[in-house]
Amino acid sequence: MSKRNPEYDFVWCPGCGDFGVRRALEFALAEYTIENEKPHGSNVIVAGIGCSGNMVHLMEGDQPFGIHGIHGRTLPIALGIKSGRDDLNAVIVAGDGDFLSIGAEHIGPAAQRNLDVTCVIMDNGVYGLTKGQSSPTSDIGMVTASTPYGKIEIPMSPLNYYMTVGVSYIASYYSSKPKILAKYIQQAMDHRGFSIVHVQSPCTTYNDTYDLLKGKPRDGIKGLAWEIPDDHDPSNEKSAKELLQKPGIPLGLIYKFEGKTLQDRQQEIRERIGEKTVEANLASYTV
Amino acid sequence: MNKNTNNLDNLSEKTDFVIRFAGEGGQGLVTSADALARAATSAGYYTQTFSTFPSQIMGGPASSQVRISTSPVLSSGDGVDVLVALNKFSYDNHYQDLVDGGVTIYNAEEYSLPDGGQYFGIKADELAKSTGNARAANMVTIGAVASLINFSLEEVDNFIRKRFTRGRDGDEEIIKANISAVRLGVEVANLSGFSVGELAPASKSDGDQIMVTGNIALSLGATAAGLNYYVGYPISPATTILVWMENNLVGENKFAYQVSSEIEAISAIVGAGYSGKKAMTATAGPGISLMSEGLGLAWMSEIPVVVVDVQRGGPATGLPTKSEQSDLFTCLHPAHGDVKMPILAPGTVEECFYAGALAVNWAERYQGPVIIMSEMALSDRGENIPKPDLASIKNETRNVYEGKNGFKRYQTWDGSGDLTPMPIPGGAGAYVANGSEHDEIGDTTHLPKHHIRLTERRFNKLKLLGEAHYEIENENADIIISPWGSSKGPAREAYERLRRNNRNVGWVYTVALHPMPDVVLDALKTAKRVIVPELNYQGQWSTLLRQDGVNAESITKYDGTPFRPGELVESIKVKLK
Ligand SMILES: Cc1ncc(C[n+]2csc(CCOP(=O)(O)OP(=O)(O)O)c2C)c(N)n1
Ligand code: SF4
Ligand SMILES: [Mg+2]
Repeated sequence: MSKRNPEYDFVWCPGCGDFGVRRALEFALAEYTIENEKPHGSNVIVAGIGCSGNMVHLMEGDQPFGIHGIHGRTLPIALGIKSGRDDLNAVIVAGDGDFLSIGAEHIGPAAQRNLDVTCVIMDNGVYGLTKGQSSPTSDIGMVTASTPYGKIEIPMSPLNYYMTVGVSYIASYYSSKPKILAKYIQQAMDHRGFSIVHVQSPCTTYNDTYDLLKGKPRDGIKGLAWEIPDDHDPSNEKSAKELLQKPGIPLGLIYKFEGKTLQDRQQEIRERIGEKTVEANLASYTV
Repeated sequence: MNKNTNNLDNLSEKTDFVIRFAGEGGQGLVTSADALARAATSAGYYTQTFSTFPSQIMGGPASSQVRISTSPVLSSGDGVDVLVALNKFSYDNHYQDLVDGGVTIYNAEEYSLPDGGQYFGIKADELAKSTGNARAANMVTIGAVASLINFSLEEVDNFIRKRFTRGRDGDEEIIKANISAVRLGVEVANLSGFSVGELAPASKSDGDQIMVTGNIALSLGATAAGLNYYVGYPISPATTILVWMENNLVGENKFAYQVSSEIEAISAIVGAGYSGKKAMTATAGPGISLMSEGLGLAWMSEIPVVVVDVQRGGPATGLPTKSEQSDLFTCLHPAHGDVKMPILAPGTVEECFYAGALAVNWAERYQGPVIIMSEMALSDRGENIPKPDLASIKNETRNVYEGKNGFKRYQTWDGSGDLTPMPIPGGAGAYVANGSEHDEIGDTTHLPKHHIRLTERRFNKLKLLGEAHYEIENENADIIISPWGSSKGPAREAYERLRRNNRNVGWVYTVALHPMPDVVLDALKTAKRVIVPELNYQGQWSTLLRQDGVNAESITKYDGTPFRPGELVESIKVKLK
């Protein structure tokens, strides 16, 4: 919504990381739209269900189209948008629960398709909207509303998972520097293929990880996040994998390869087979 | 009259024959029935094929039959006139379906039967080999069948020429071998001395005919109305729609694709419908269950999509290759919350074509999901139908918003005047298509006033629908027979037989189950007593009709097979007493 809508009844908590992600997305969309000379209405935000997905209603300035569907299904909804309308820029906004738990079954297939969509995943290590239950990225032992005696699973590693299933653009960042985050989101939109920008976006209410991420030398906390060195070659699969073996949270572009997309291959079939008309299809059954 | 016969009276000339090939899956049963159907259709007869097989590709008991008639075929009939039994097991399982005077051709290479019965053996493989073409065994059998029903050999020859003229070297040789195979079969049958009668000459129908299954007819119909987006996940008996689309929905702006689950399928068509495509998926019961949340999303956010449920039997994995009409409750209310889906339930292969087209148009017109309920009994049976005139098929285009930005997509609407247009991404009027309750521009809200006005809007939109094929006859009779879906065929045959016997029965039938045409609902409500033949245990359609104030009761069947006209005649007679 471009102005505050008094009837819209959701707000993010003060300090929520999603504010920064929104600013970054707004920057990226504005730049992308100008650079590609496209109308703002050709951007479609496909939102997951969660605090993070509510971003689709909270965008300021020129309004993109949006679809705020059902929990976990952003990828197949975006598949429908993109495979039918390759001219649109489909951007997914979703949380760690939406994308990596209930929606995880769609990541592998989307990677195999090299579906040309951009995912901005807001990982807060918790289910925010449902009031603080554990998520796939919550730490083992973490006490949450649904793990009162400590979580009894090891956390998943989303970046390694993306690498394994073959996502063609993988970046990792955090919400605190929207201008830099915007750069990766815009790169991901420009990348022709399946792109994920995985963002650490702390939940101030249920899992405040700001200090843990950035460090707090005064209290002797060393930050988990570290900048990926400039000499990292993101086109090199082996070094990308090695990078992901290092502890902590890398910030920057991890991996990227250029390949055909689902839409490219579909176009090749159209060109090879030609047009099949309804008239000809019908006539082929004449007795 | 014989207890089981499909023929009207004891005429010397018969108007109707059922020929059944029974054996194991993979033995070419379908091919034989199909070949006979095509030969008969070319000769101007009406035909319908029907197969049952277990969920395995090779082996396991299977059968495929063809009904040949001088008038349009309404069902797979009652008894069998000629049974071709390729193994002893299938003879034991099918001979009791023979009409009085029916004849069995048994596979003498596999087994023998004691002297003196209504049967004779044939060594089709051996005879085929003697023609120099071992693959012509089917044709030996077809020759024998043709002789038994006194079917014109000239027509069989024509068919063989048509089928094997493929512009290759050796076509002529293959044609010759097949024709001699037919003659060898004829000879064996002639020697046996049996005959089941003579098929009356065909009254060639005007205009072109096409030979299609229900699933192909439905696919053709949907694309005739402009369908340009299809995704699906393989599941019997809906898979053939996916396969057809992958083969034929090809070209500029068209897309057909296999996704990785039914959840992906429904979500993807919602995304495609939202972006302006005419989008469809097809599945069976298990897939419908998985699609329920996505169907609710299409209803809630008002996105045009078409979902086909080709029903099979049972809950869970159920009976994948059997026929049942048991998904009605589910399809009407597949999703949680206040939802009631528009439903078209075609009853014949021809109606599958028109339902496919109408569903696409309905979805565009009212901006929401439409469900077509088909069935195993329609999806896989082949039938010749008049070739549809494409010029007569409407191709309704969506009312797309073309004004300035700041459009209110979800305005209050009471059902009068035009429905608000729909903005399409890439154009003006950006909004959020929202699965949460929302305000005019699509922002989430829990305010009661919005939930009230949008719940009403979503139901008011149904007023835009309702027109579809229906039939009303003798509505003042003591008993109205009112089937739905594929039970139409056998019920119609039963109705016609009862009328010929001066029974006081009437007929009401509608393809649109929801919303129903007003005249149909009125006729049902004023009827004294409505009998609904349906293939499920609970009597789902009569239960729903009773909610609408109709005095309805069901004749149910739930063994996985369609009704036979004869059994319906008997059960309706009981009700008439
Ligand atoms: C099918 C279904 N199951 C459960 C829910 C309830 N639900 C809403 S949001 C959510 C989790 C959100 O977590 P995440 O995706 O991490 O988003 P966050 O709120 O943390 O941004 C759940 C379980 C739902 N809406 N739909
Ligand atoms: S609960 Fe957490 S994730 Fe949700 S808005 Fe508040 S801070 Fe953000
Ligand atoms: Mg979360």
